Amino acid sequence: MTVNIGPQHPSTHGVFRLRVTFDGEEILEVEPIFGYLHRGTEKLAEERNYTQIVTLTDRLDYVSSMINNQAYCLAVEDLMGVEVPMRAKYLRTLTAELQRVASHLMGLGFFMQDLGTLGTPLMYSFRSREKILDLFEMLCGARITLSYMRPGGVFFDAPEDFWPALDQFLEDFETEFAEIEQLILENEIVMVRTRGVSILPLDMAINASVSGPVLRASGSEWDWRKKAPYDAYDRMEFDVPTATSGDNYDRFWVRMQEIHQSIRIVKQCVEQIEPGPTRAKVPLIIRPKPGAEAYGRVEASKGELAFYLVSDGGISPYRMKVRSPSLINLTVTEHLLVGWKLADMIVTLGSLDINMGEVDR
Amino acid sequence: MVVLQLSGEDLAEKVGAGVPGSLATVFEKPTEQISELATNHVLWVKSSRVADVASFLQSDAGLDFDFLNSISAVDYINHFEVIYHLTSMNKQHTAIIKTRLEGREELSLPSVYHLWRGADFQEREIWDLMGISFTGHPNMKRIMLWEGFDGHPLRKDYL
Repeated sequence: MTVNIGPQHPSTHGVFRLRVTFDGEEILEVEPIFGYLHRGTEKLAEERNYTQIVTLTDRLDYVSSMINNQAYCLAVEDLMGVEVPMRAKYLRTLTAELQRVASHLMGLGFFMQDLGTLGTPLMYSFRSREKILDLFEMLCGARITLSYMRPGGVFFDAPEDFWPALDQFLEDFETEFAEIEQLILENEIVMVRTRGVSILPLDMAINASVSGPVLRASGSEWDWRKKAPYDAYDRMEFDVPTATSGDNYDRFWVRMQEIHQSIRIVKQCVEQIEPGPTRAKVPLIIRPKPGAEAYGRVEASKGELAFYLVSDGGISPYRMKVRSPSLINLTVTEHLLVGWKLADMIVTLGSLDINMGEVDR
Repeated sequence: MVVLQLSGEDLAEKVGAGVPGSLATVFEKPTEQISELATNHVLWVKSSRVADVASFLQSDAGLDFDFLNSISAVDYINHFEVIYHLTSMNKQHTAIIKTRLEGREELSLPSVYHLWRGADFQEREIWDLMGISFTGHPNMKRIMLWEGFDGHPLRKDYL
C-alpha cells in the first residue's frame, strides 16, 4: 500500500512529504518529496546588495539564524579580504555556540515528541531555549530572524547588562540540562525504541556527503570548527563527540554531548573577550572585485553549511549558492528507512534533525 | 590538524598523468585582480571527461577524495560553469574542480552519482534550476519545482 506522509503531517517538521510503500507496517520503498517551501533564495540574492542578503540567510535554517549569518559573512569577508576585529570574532563564536545549543535543544525536544512523549521533554528544552532567545533579544532586538552579524563584524557590541544575564543563564542551564539528561538519556523506552534502529554505516555516510552530528554519530570526527577554524575557534579548547554505531540513539546522544562542548566554548569566550571595535571598516555598499569568488564554510548545527559567492563587480552577487546540510543529509533517507516500521520512520526523521527552510531554500 | 587546500598546479600534474587528455585550458576571468580562490586553487577539466577525472580523484591513493562537498553551477550567458568542491577525509585536503559548458541549449554533463551518492540531490537541483542535465543519473527529474514547470529559474534570462 502506498501512503503519502505529509506535506502537512505534524511530525515531518515542516512541509515535507514522504511517499512510502508499506507491507503491513513494514516500509518497502521511500521517496522524499520537497520544494513546498522553495522561495528562490539564491535568485533573490542576485537582486539585493551584500548587506541585505544577511536577512535572507536568517530564513534558511530559521532555528539557527546566527550560524547562517556567520557562514554568509565569512564568505563576503573572504571575497573582500577584510579582517574582522578580535572582539567581533569572539562575539560571533559566542553567539554561534549559543545558537547551536538552542538548535540542538529544539532538535532533541522534537525528537522526543516523535517518540511519543507528549510534550514534557519538549517543554523542558524550550524552557532553556527561551532564555537563549532572550539573550539574543538583548543583543539585536530579534529572537528568531536575528541578522546580528554583518560583513566585517557584528551589528552592535553587546549591551552592558548582557554579560550578567549570560552568566545567570550559564548557571541556570547547568541544572536545567542535567534535568533533561536525567529525564531522557537513560530512559528505558528511549533505549528500546532507538538503539540499533536505522543504522547508518560510516562509509555510506561519507559517500552520501552526510555531515554534522549525523556523520559524527557514525564514527567520523570531522568537524569544520577543528579542520578549518574560523572566527575565534582556533583559540578554543573543545572536544568533538563521536559515537560508533550510527543508530538513532547515537545521533541524539551526539547532539546532547555537543551541547556540553558548546557551553564550554561559550565560557571560554566570556573569559577571553577583550574590549575593542566590533566591526571592520566596510563600505556601506559593498562592491567586491569582478571575478572574485569565495566559499564560506562553517560547521552549522545541522552540518556543513557553505555559501559559494561569485562577484561581477556589482553591488549584488552574480551568483550565490547555498550548500545546505539538511538537504544533503536527506540523501540517506531511503537507506535508513527501508525495512523498518512506520513508527520508527517518524523517529528516524526526527534523528536526522532537518529544517525545511534550509532544504527548500 | 587543519585541512590543506591543494593548488591547481599540483592537481593538474597528477590528474594530467592519471587521466590523459582530460585537462582543459585555464579560463581566466577578464580582470587582473582576481581573488586567490578563483585562480590558484582550481583545476579545469573538459566537460566530457568530468566523470573520468572524478573517478581518478576518488580512487588515486595519494588524492583519495572520498567526500563531495557541493556541486554548483553558474550561468555566464555564453557559457555555464560547474564547480565541484571536494574533500579527502583521510588525507585532510580539499580541491576545487571546474568545468565549462558552451552554449545554452541541451547542456549535459556526465553524472558522478555512481561515485558519490551525495551528488544525487545536487545534480537534480542543477537540472531543475539551471537546466544542465546529467547523463548516467538514475532519477534525473525536477526536485524543488514540479514536473511540467516551464524553464529553469536560476538562469540569467529567466525573469
